[in-house]
Amino acid sequence: MDFLNALILLLNYIFVPALAYGSQLALGAIFVTLIYGILRFANFATGDMMSFGTMVAILFTWYFQSLGISLGVLPTALLAIPLAIVFMIIYMLTIDKFVFSYYRVKKSPPVQLAMVSIGVMFITQAIVRIIIGPFDRRFFDGEKFIMKANQFKEITGLNEGLAIKSTQVLTIIITMIAVSILFWFLNKTKTGKSMRAYSDNEDLALLSGIDPKRVVMITWIIAGILATIGGVLYGLDKSFKPFTYFNNMLPIFAAAIVGGIGNPFGAFLGGYVIAFSEILITYAYKKFFMYILPESMEPNTLIQLLSTDYKFAVSFTILVIVLLFRPSGIFKGKVL
Amino acid sequence: MRQYANVITAYAIMIGLIILVGIFQSWSIALSILNFCLISAVMTMGANIQWGYAGLINFGIMGYTALGGLAAVLVSVPPVREAWQVGGLNIILCVGIIALIAFGVRYVLKNFIKSNKRTIGVGLIIVFGLIILRLVSETAIESIEAVNPAKTGFLGGLGLPIIFSWIVGAFFAGALAYIIGKVALGLRADYLAIATLLISEIVIAVIKHEDWLTRGVKNVIGLNRPVPYEIDLQSAEWFIILVAKWNSGTLNLISDITEKKVLLSQLVIDASSVYVKLCYTGLFTIVVISLLIITQKALYSPWGRMMRAIRDNEEAANAMGKNVIKQHLLIFILGSAIVGIAGAMMVTHDGLFTPGSYRPMRYTFLIWVMVIVGGSGNNFGAILGGFAVWFLWIEAAPIALFFINLFTSGLPETHSLKLHLLNSVPYFRYLMMGLGLLLIMRYRPKGIIPEKIKHI
Repeated sequence: MDFLNALILLLNYIFVPALAYGSQLALGAIFVTLIYGILRFANFATGDMMSFGTMVAILFTWYFQSLGISLGVLPTALLAIPLAIVFMIIYMLTIDKFVFSYYRVKKSPPVQLAMVSIGVMFITQAIVRIIIGPFDRRFFDGEKFIMKANQFKEITGLNEGLAIKSTQVLTIIITMIAVSILFWFLNKTKTGKSMRAYSDNEDLALLSGIDPKRVVMITWIIAGILATIGGVLYGLDKSFKPFTYFNNMLPIFAAAIVGGIGNPFGAFLGGYVIAFSEILITYAYKKFFMYILPESMEPNTLIQLLSTDYKFAVSFTILVIVLLFRPSGIFKGKVL
Repeated sequence: MRQYANVITAYAIMIGLIILVGIFQSWSIALSILNFCLISAVMTMGANIQWGYAGLINFGIMGYTALGGLAAVLVSVPPVREAWQVGGLNIILCVGIIALIAFGVRYVLKNFIKSNKRTIGVGLIIVFGLIILRLVSETAIESIEAVNPAKTGFLGGLGLPIIFSWIVGAFFAGALAYIIGKVALGLRADYLAIATLLISEIVIAVIKHEDWLTRGVKNVIGLNRPVPYEIDLQSAEWFIILVAKWNSGTLNLISDITEKKVLLSQLVIDASSVYVKLCYTGLFTIVVISLLIITQKALYSPWGRMMRAIRDNEEAANAMGKNVIKQHLLIFILGSAIVGIAGAMMVTHDGLFTPGSYRPMRYTFLIWVMVIVGGSGNNFGAILGGFAVWFLWIEAAPIALFFINLFTSGLPETHSLKLHLLNSVPYFRYLMMGLGLLLIMRYRPKGIIPEKIKHI
């Protein structure tokens, strides 16, 4: 019984939240990795592009709510996602046309493109803050919990409860669907294969008749879809605040590099690596040991490896270690 | 002289703008803009040394700035004796343990050949060292933080004049740069950018949460000053006489004695804040000019030529027998140390240290905008970039307000769009920065004042 309690404790406080957070990071990391693999630069506007997509989704959610449209138990924001994606793609393609394409045609070094992306970051940040303001917004509606802690306790008769938020389940399910479609697209369709070829060797791809403009456009479209979904899911699960989204860029980068930048599958796993290590290392294990150890050995401290203040620092430390010992990431990167 | 014409015009325009602010807004505002322009100029010089001279991309500027600020606290705050009594010994012990871990790791790495065993050994040393460190430090930190937490709750500093911290800040930042450089300089440019950005976030996290050292988010206020206090000036006789003389024209116009006194005291209050700011301006100008002379000399020395050679063609420089790795590390340390000076200067100017205010937008990316806009590789350009971008950053709100009023003049005062736009005036500065950066990168990729290389 005690063992089961300990297990539920870990599930409730570590496994479920980390899985949801990891999925959100994974979507962002695939976005970073796609841009890096095909357009060949580190996009510092990642977090702010995600916040742009989320902002559009929130505006549509509010509009739908004012019309009285809702999805019942599901959050209305799901209905807004497709519309937000359309806006996001238009925004990204506009930016690409007016900003990035010039440097791509000129074959500027990646560092210059990264600098340009900082300019885009400033502008996107300004647009988001001018339209929706810098404040914390919650736009979740519908049923909050699938399983409440008390319900679980009643059903199983255990001391520890397992609470599952509907946003967590939604996040995981939607991420899985999106990622499987993406991998199917990249590996099975002709367009996906041409993208991979372009990422592997640009000159050879051009020789074999692949249209670079089309590849770039499709990359931005996929990136727009991923960024919007990732941003909205994060906002539903926690809350929407432009500054938080900007900060999320850092663990997302960490995830992409840990997985091997340019490798979507690596980025996908990297998201979970970062999320799990952040939560595992900053969790206080006192209660867990109280369940599994005999009473005489009960710990009197929190048994916390690092305080929660260092949550971000954990992922960055992992990143630095990976960069030092295996700069190409856990899975070899650079090719889609 | 002709070749310097554009430099001189650009600086003249900049000074003219600041004087305009002085005339139309107030001299106090103009001087504080000027002071921050000078601080930004020091930061851009640091970043410019790394990026312009050597092509190293460093997105960790925020971390070095914060370390410089920390130096200001550690140098100037008087030591908290009680805290040293309860926890000082253990903290010193901890420093010893950290040194032991570092030496242990170094010893193992040097004396054993690369193998799985060695990696495990290094890992074990670090893990056990950290556990011991945790055990030793935990009680000490708790008791230090319990000492009068509303006012101190930390170890304090050395109680020296704050001006020394400018040098100490440089050493702190240089030491951090040495560690980061050893770790990350081998990475490719964009990886280096990301790695330094993340490491600077770690530095901020440590400064924010290690309360025993920095007071963390509780902030340190009331740092001592290298310049006189306004309140002392207002009661100093020589200062009042000086103000009276300066304004004798306006004062003579008023015949009533009480009215004259009221006006004079008002003038003295205004003048005292201007005087204090002028003192800072003087100090900062000395730093900027001496750094400018040093960096300019370095740029046109054999060393500067070597750095440019390394930047432009690493392999060729390597083949010519230049130690690229060593030079990169050196320039990384030098540039970061200059940024550290700027961090200490900033905390000195503000008189307070607020770890919560260090954000990458303001302290890393904005500085990069300055470097790119001003002209990388050219010190005059970098300084001008610092001036121009900081000026725009501060004056963006009034400019945006003007344009919003212009474009929405047809709308009624209570129109929701107009109100919304007026509420979001502060965010237009991001828009301006972004547009400025993109336009400069597109149409003048070498910056306002491009790099000039003298060929002999």
